[in-house]
Amino acid sequence: MTATLTESPIAAEPVPVPVRASKARGGASRALWVLPPLVLAAGFFLYPLALVVKQSFVDKNEHVGLDVWRDVLNSPSFGDALWNTVEIAVLSTLGCLVVGFFLALVLSFVPFPGARAVGRIVDTVLAFPSFLIALAFTFLYGTAGVVNAAADNLGLGEPLVGFLYSPWCVVLAEITFYTPFVMRPLLAAFALVPRDRLDVAASLGAGPLLVIRRVLLPEAWPALAAGGSLTLLLTLNEFGIVLFIGAKDVTTLPMLVHAKGAVTFDYPGACVVAVVEVALSLTLYAVYRFVFSRTGAGRAGLVA
Amino acid sequence: MLVWSRSGRAFVWALFALVFAPLVLAPLAILGIAAFAGDWNSVLPASWTSENIREATAGTNYDSLVVSIETALGASLIAIVVGTWAAIAARTAPRFVRRLTDAVFHLPVAVPSVVVGLGMLVAFSDGPILLNGTKWIVIAAHAVLVVTFAYSTVSAGLDRTDAAFADVAASLGASAARVLLRVRLPMLLPSITAAASLAIALSMGEVGATIMVYPAEWRTLPVSVFTLTDRGKVLLGSAVTVVLLVATLIVLLLVGLLKGRVEERKRRR
Repeated sequence: MTATLTESPIAAEPVPVPVRASKARGGASRALWVLPPLVLAAGFFLYPLALVVKQSFVDKNEHVGLDVWRDVLNSPSFGDALWNTVEIAVLSTLGCLVVGFFLALVLSFVPFPGARAVGRIVDTVLAFPSFLIALAFTFLYGTAGVVNAAADNLGLGEPLVGFLYSPWCVVLAEITFYTPFVMRPLLAAFALVPRDRLDVAASLGAGPLLVIRRVLLPEAWPALAAGGSLTLLLTLNEFGIVLFIGAKDVTTLPMLVHAKGAVTFDYPGACVVAVVEVALSLTLYAVYRFVFSRTGAGRAGLVA
Repeated sequence: MLVWSRSGRAFVWALFALVFAPLVLAPLAILGIAAFAGDWNSVLPASWTSENIREATAGTNYDSLVVSIETALGASLIAIVVGTWAAIAARTAPRFVRRLTDAVFHLPVAVPSVVVGLGMLVAFSDGPILLNGTKWIVIAAHAVLVVTFAYSTVSAGLDRTDAAFADVAASLGASAARVLLRVRLPMLLPSITAAASLAIALSMGEVGATIMVYPAEWRTLPVSVFTLTDRGKVLLGSAVTVVLLVATLIVLLLVGLLKGRVEERKRRR
């Protein structure tokens, strides 16, 4: 249909005319149509963000200056939160990359009966709220949770006391939730690899590990880079999982924003933390967009 | 084929099960178990009950369910209209405007949801537009968070549809409004419904911005789950979570049905 429209000389003749005519009406009127949504976005998104930046320079007594910044940046809770946020995000992303690569590899190249159903389960996890995983983890790894109870029944004692409230539990929960974000572009990339290539490599005597390293990894790099940087961005901003696990010692930047903004109503302090957090994730986002445009990973099945 | 020997494949599959079962299956299964657990002090619950599910769909939890659905539908509708409009209008706008629109509508992905909530609090607690304390601050926050997905999904849909159809319709004398309503929007229907489903699913499960801005009488289901688990009522919390997932699924199914009906009508015309 499309091909006949663009290729047949009869149909192609009249098409350019209206296009040129509408161009002649000038870009200005067409640019005007973008204004309503842009104004809405500016009013409900950019303006509040700008106010957050402004508020971070005004303390509770309406004094303008860097006092709030100095107080917040010097407080030990901020340093801890910053370190926790970066540490948890980096560890979770690495975990997602390793687990996601392995799972996608098996689903694509060592498929088993029911592999497609597994793929669908993974896809549904993408639509779930993240706190669901954290809630499930309290039942699995809590002090009275399934794993401890099972180990106790076997006479092993309770090996996971305190695990639920450690940063490791948050990392594990984030790996569970965000692995699909790495798997999806990887599965799309693997689907494009001709199976003959693997067969040829194997027939020339290459073992599975060599095939992975020399044939599959080069194909997977763009998807790994795009999926990995998106995951890093999302884990930096993750709030639901940390909130629901509720470990006292695991405070991240979003948790600090919540504590200052919605619990103690210290808006200026919350704004300072928010500005730092946004600067951090915007930098990463710029890197992500760069990778994304360079590799065309958007076509590989990523939404954002 | 990557692994050729039978024993090698068995080993890889065992490893897959070893990773997949505890990481993905167990958390999903455990929530279902918890929602129906009566008394749970050992590996598996000692008794089963549907009491939790009944409580999760009654009283304040029922109110929260209605609030969640209304918020999701309202915010998604706003996001779809604004996102689709922006995506279509940006397509024909000059390069500079198009890039600006692209940047503005992609930006919310990079901003943490708590910060979106904080911004709403700072901007709309006083001044000309007073939203704080009303349900509109929740709906506005959700709309901001999901509009980026609506925009990028519809933009991707535009990339895949052929602009020649609209040009041909215009060359045959159809007015701009007619081209939009009869050619462009119908061609975009799959991406618009996909965007709606995604927006609804995200909005139903949103916690970060909601917990910053919600007024007492407009508490969404995820916030209810948090207050329940925070008070130690974890079994009831899981039941409410299961209700949330089922409700989300039902709403998404209805969106799918609606899409089917529209396509049916299109075919008959």
